[in-house]
Formats: sequence, C-alpha cells, structure tokens
Amino acid sequence: MSESILSVNSMVTAFKTKDGLLPAVRGASFSVKKGETLCIVGESGCGKSITALSIMGLLPSNGKVTEGSITFENKNLLSLKQEELRKLRGNDISMIFQEPMTALNPVFTVGYQIREPLMIHQKLSKKEAHQKGIELLKRVGIPAPASRMNQYPHELSGGMRQRVMIAIALSCNPKLLVADEPTTALDVTIQAQIIDLLNDLKRDFNMSLIMITHDMGVVAEIADRVIVMYAGEIIENGTVSEIFNNPQHPYTRGLLSSVPNVDDPDFHLNPIAGTLPLLSEKISGCRFHPRCPHAMEKCRSVSPDAFQAAPTHSARCWLMEDEEVRQHGGQRASTV
Amino acid sequence: MAGSAQVLYSVKGVKKYYPVKGGILRRIKNHVKAVDGISVDILKGETLGVVGESGCGKSTLGRTILGLEQLTEGNLVYNGTNISGYSKKELKPFKKEMQMIFQDPYASLNPKQTVGEALEEVFIIHTNLSGKERRENAIRLLKEVGLTEEHFDRYPHEFSGGQRQRIGIARAIAINPSFIVCDEPVSALDVSVQAQVIKLLQDLQKKHELTYLFVSHDLGVVRHLCNRVLVMYLGQMVELAPVDRLYENPVHPYTEALLSSIPRPVVGAKRDRIRLQGDLPSPANPPTGCPFHTRCPIAKDHCAAERPEWREIEEGHYIACHER
Ligand SMILES: Nc1ncnc2c1ncn2[C@@H]1O[C@H](COP(=O)(O)OP(=O)(O)OP(=O)(O)O)[C@@H](O)[C@H]1O
Ligand SMILES: Nc1ncnc2c1ncn2[C@@H]1O[C@H](COP(=O)(O)OP(=O)(O)O)[C@@H](O)[C@H]1O
Ligand code: SF4
Ligand code: SF4
Ligand SMILES: [Mg+2]
Ligand SMILES: [Mg+2]
Repeated sequence: MSESILSVNSMVTAFKTKDGLLPAVRGASFSVKKGETLCIVGESGCGKSITALSIMGLLPSNGKVTEGSITFENKNLLSLKQEELRKLRGNDISMIFQEPMTALNPVFTVGYQIREPLMIHQKLSKKEAHQKGIELLKRVGIPAPASRMNQYPHELSGGMRQRVMIAIALSCNPKLLVADEPTTALDVTIQAQIIDLLNDLKRDFNMSLIMITHDMGVVAEIADRVIVMYAGEIIENGTVSEIFNNPQHPYTRGLLSSVPNVDDPDFHLNPIAGTLPLLSEKISGCRFHPRCPHAMEKCRSVSPDAFQAAPTHSARCWLMEDEEVRQHGGQRASTV
Repeated sequence: MAGSAQVLYSVKGVKKYYPVKGGILRRIKNHVKAVDGISVDILKGETLGVVGESGCGKSTLGRTILGLEQLTEGNLVYNGTNISGYSKKELKPFKKEMQMIFQDPYASLNPKQTVGEALEEVFIIHTNLSGKERRENAIRLLKEVGLTEEHFDRYPHEFSGGQRQRIGIARAIAINPSFIVCDEPVSALDVSVQAQVIKLLQDLQKKHELTYLFVSHDLGVVRHLCNRVLVMYLGQMVELAPVDRLYENPVHPYTEALLSSIPRPVVGAKRDRIRLQGDLPSPANPPTGCPFHTRCPIAKDHCAAERPEWREIEEGHYIACHER
C-alpha cells in the first residue's frame, strides 16, 4: 500500500467566542494516501469545512489549531511560516470552495485570475500563462476557452464558474486537492459533469483528493475512504464499501436511512430524531447520545473509544465494544 | 390516484412572462418566458411533483397558480370556478383555500413578530375568532407540527432551520386550506431534519386530506413523496407521469438524462450516465422548436424547427418529443 501524503493527528481546532474558547473539531485523526480520495461527510455545522481550512492554514481570524499535528509529505504544516504555507498552497495543495462566485474576483477577467498564479508560482511569462490558461480551461471542459479568458465571472453559468475554479486549482498540478462541497450549489446534470471531471483528473494525474459533501450519492461515486463527522468528532472511518455496506455507528446508519432512495418505490424513511447540538452545548459521554436510539447508561457518562470493525474500519460507539473484544481480543483502534 | 379521481385545480395553458427592459429609454426589449404554456389537472388529495433544473420556472408556476403573479395568458379553474380574471376581493375566499410553504422559512417570517403573533395574524385576517380562541388554536397548531406551547412567545431567530420550517407549515395549515404549494420546503435543511419535515408533511396530508404541489430539485425526495411528477424545461412541460412510471420508464430524453445524473448512494453501482452537453439556455432567448434541442443527444434537424406537441403515450403518461 502506498504511503500517506497527508496525515492529521489528534487535531483540535477552536474558536474564540463570547462564550469562551469552543472546539469545532475535537481531536481528529486521519490520513490520505497518494492518489486516494477521502470524503468527509456529516451535516451542516459538524466541522467539515473547518477541518479543511485547518489543513489549508486558512482559518478565520478567531480560529486556531490548538492541539495535534498536520503533516504533509513529512512537513509539519503547523510550524510553517505564512510565506512557506502560501508557497505550498500555490504549488502542492489547492482548494476549491462551495460558492465559486465568492472565490472568484468579480472585477477581474477569468484570464487574469487564471494567469496570476501561473506567473507567480511557476514563473511563466504573461504569454505563456495565457496559453497554459486556455489549455486548463479546455481540460475542465469549457467550450471556446480562448474567448472565455476575456469574460468576467458573472458572465458565466454556475457550472462554468465551478469549472474555472477547478482549472485555477489545478494550474499548479497539486498533489492534493481539497474540495469543499464543490457541487452542492449545482443542478444534478451539471453536478454529474463535475464529478466525471474530478474522476478523470484523479485517474490522469494520480492526485489525492479530499472531498467534503453531505450527499451520500456523491460519496458513493467518488470516494475510496470515508470519514463521518458528528459534532466536531470523527465517529466512523472506513473504506467506501465498509461505510455503505457495513456501517457501524448509529449516526452513520441514520444518515444513510434519512435520504430517500430514488430507485426504491417502497423506501422507508427513518429520520434521526433531534438536531445537531450547538458548539456551546456541554454533552457528557458520547456526543450523539441525546439522539441515539441505542443509548445505554454508560453512553451518558463515558465518551466511547474508537473500536475496530475491520483493519481499515473503525467507529466510536460502545455498541462495538463486545463485538471487538470477541473478534480482536480487545485491541483499541488507532485510526479514529 | 385512480382514473376516477376528482380534479381540484385545472391549470390551462398558463404563461407567465417577465419584461426585460433595456436601452436608455428603458423600453421593453424582450421577455423572460418563465412559464411558457403549462396545462395540468391537479387531482384532489394527490401530491403533484414539479421538477427541473434551476431557473426552469417551477417557483413561478407555483406563485402564478396561487394568484401571487398576474397571468400573462391561460386559465385557472379552481373546483369548477374559473378564477383567472378575478379581482383581489373576488379571490379572497379562494386564497383561504390555497397556501404556500417556502424554501427559506426565515425570509417568510417577520423577525419582529413572535411565533404566536405570526399564527394569530392568520386567524385575524381570515376568521372572526376571539383572542382566546385564536391563542388556543395557535397552540394547537404548534403542537400539531411538533413544537410546544413554550415556543409561542419566541422570535424566529431563536429557532433552528427545521423548527422555522415547522412554523411555516403551521401557518400554511392554520385555516384549513385544501391546496398547498410547497416550494422546495426541505431543500435548505440538513438530511436528518429534512427527513423529519418530510414525515410531518406526509402526516398532515393524510390527516387533513391536503392536495400538494411539491416543487423540488431533489429527485429522491420527489419519488418518495409524490403521486405524479411534471418535468419542466425552460418554462415548458416535457413529461408528466405517475411517479413509478416516470422513474422506471422515463421516455423524454431530458427526463432520462436528469434521472441518470442522480448520484446513487450505492457503492460500485453501474453508471451509464447520459452526459448532457453544455448549459441551460437563457429563458429570455429560448431555442426555437423543441426547447431541449441544443442539448438533446438524439435531436434531429426538424427538432430545431417545430415545437413537439404534448401527447399521451400511455394512460396518464404524457410527453413532448418528436422522436419518442
Ligand atoms: N468564525 C467562527 N466563529 C465561531 N464559530 C465558528 C466559526 N466558523 C465556524 N464556526 C462553527 O464551527 C462549527 C463547524 O463549522 P464548519 O463550517 O466546519 O461546519 P460544516 O460541517 O462544514 O458546515 P456546512 O456544511 O454548513 O458548511 C460550527 O458549529 C460553526 O458554527
Ligand atoms: N420577478 C422576475 N423578474 C424577472 N425574471 C424573473 C422574475 N422571477 C423569476 N424570473 C425568471 O424566471 C425564470 C424562472 O424562475 P423561477 O420560477 O424562480 O425558477 P426555479 O425553477 O428555480 O424556481 C428564471 O429565469 C428567473 O430568473
Ligand atoms: S456510544 Fe452509545 S449513545 Fe453513542 S452512538 Fe453508541 S450506542 Fe449510541
Ligand atoms: S423533440 Fe427532438 S430535441 Fe426535443 S427532446 Fe425530442 S428528440 Fe430531443
Ligand atoms: Mg461547510
Ligand atoms: Mg425556485
């Protein structure tokens, strides 16, 4: 198996708020291998974007990684200077955002925005950058790319703007691409085009991808591994087939049965009761226990460890304790 | 929904165009054909889904048939009465029958009004209940949508998205309407909350014998909730069928492409996706002939010249396409 390109260990990211320092990510550990796609799933507010922004070094000013480490190709990202981080973002790691309109600058042409990083990071001349820019737009499937270079973002459709974002993110041939809900704002036909595009790019360039989404359908189409987050914690981590075919955590199972199956006329909708807790809410024991249909006495007081369901599959839930003792002689997981 | 089902609301050839102004004189240059000839009989007690890409006219259709937009053309026949040319006053008894639930419940609530006041307001407009009766009814409604009496004196900002949508629903059902347009009522909600609200809508429909027009771009939710589905493209109808027929046997090339684009939550599922080329054309400048011809994988020359007629291909299953 190939080695990790990125590894995040026991990372805590907290925000200074009027209620004090509140953790939005609570001890996250995971890694991404070369060429692998990791999907981060979970409901709005669970900490997906903040996990991504922590890796990128792009947290809002009141947020900070307070514990743990982030290692990219043997470099500890948390100890890098701003300047070194910026260089890394221009050359090795790129990010695409949910709303392309906010990430593209409305007053500059597409061409300007795609040439800039090429001229800065790859030291191309303006002419070379222009040529490369046209190639990139072509690669992401934009028709008549040369004339698009002179247009402004508002003159493009949502799907085209998202493609321009991807083209800019790819301009440095990143080793790792972080995509935060890149298709959520798009219609399904356009979403399908973008998913196909990302899959093609992964295959052609052996790029690693971290994809954030709340759409389990998108996950099934693109992921190799999946981590499920709930209220700031990674509660399950496994290969895509382990997560879909043998989900362990009650929350993961709940997520899967909350989405009506489009192919099943008799689908039984089985919603999870309640809502995600606020950042400021104190919850003892398992953070899911107020909503969990299987909660036991122990769940209310003691936070569950990560248990191993298979060598590549772990989840934080007390229900797995007996199961694991039986199968693995009580070994504790280290991957969640 | 058997063939004998009664028609509650008959929508006949409805068009809604918005003027596009331009030039120094701000003359009308053109029109956005937001809804361009929709005819459908909405049956008593059914949920009729309306699907299609962003901008295809779903919300405009919903607003127009609720009388919230002036008709450009067409007729609206509610329970046998043609209400198309009615004045505001003449419409009042009909407005009581028809309500709307919005995508963004926050925008539809007044931030300065408590939830109790918002509910009581509906009774003040449409009934002559006493203050005490209004309060009792408002509390009954809160309970009916899964909230409690304690919520009565709270303001919208104190609620989560899902709770606000419950308030929006309580307001919509307050005066016992028969017909509700639900415009993306769960699109802004997270999946677990979305599932809760879908259940609530289903329970209320059963209990109050409601008829829904359910606008959504989520084809999974539509399959789960609707009896029949109307597929729109650039303001026009392209296919209408009972829900299982549509999902199992889509006939129009656009419906086919739309359904094949949905990412399925099944690992290793075989994907024979129909890749649509290009983007949606502008509704201010729709293509001639069949509106879908610029992206249709099976378009022929005559598709650009003639608009295909709307025809029934099997009982209750309609399409507009030259080639199918
Ligand atoms: N600048 C900030 N100050 C305080 N809290 C914040 C800030 N940014 C995010 N948070 C909180 O951190 C938590 C995680 O936020 P994050 O944006 O990562 O969630 P998410 O899962 O990506 O949500 P969504 O799917 O809605 O984008 C949330 O509770 C959010 O309210
Ligand atoms: N008040 C308006 N003025 C001009 N154009 C409008 C107006 N309302 C809607 N439209 C246009 O009508 C078309 C259909 O809109 P809408 O019904 O809101 O689409 P959707 O299917 O997304 O709900 C869109 O192109 C939209 O921009
Ligand atoms: S630890 Fe307990 S409360 Fe938490 S998910 Fe497992 S069973 Fe439910
Ligand atoms: S009429 Fe022609 S262009 Fe339109 S959907 Fe049918 S085949 Fe395609
Ligand atoms: Mg986010
Ligand atoms: Mg709409």
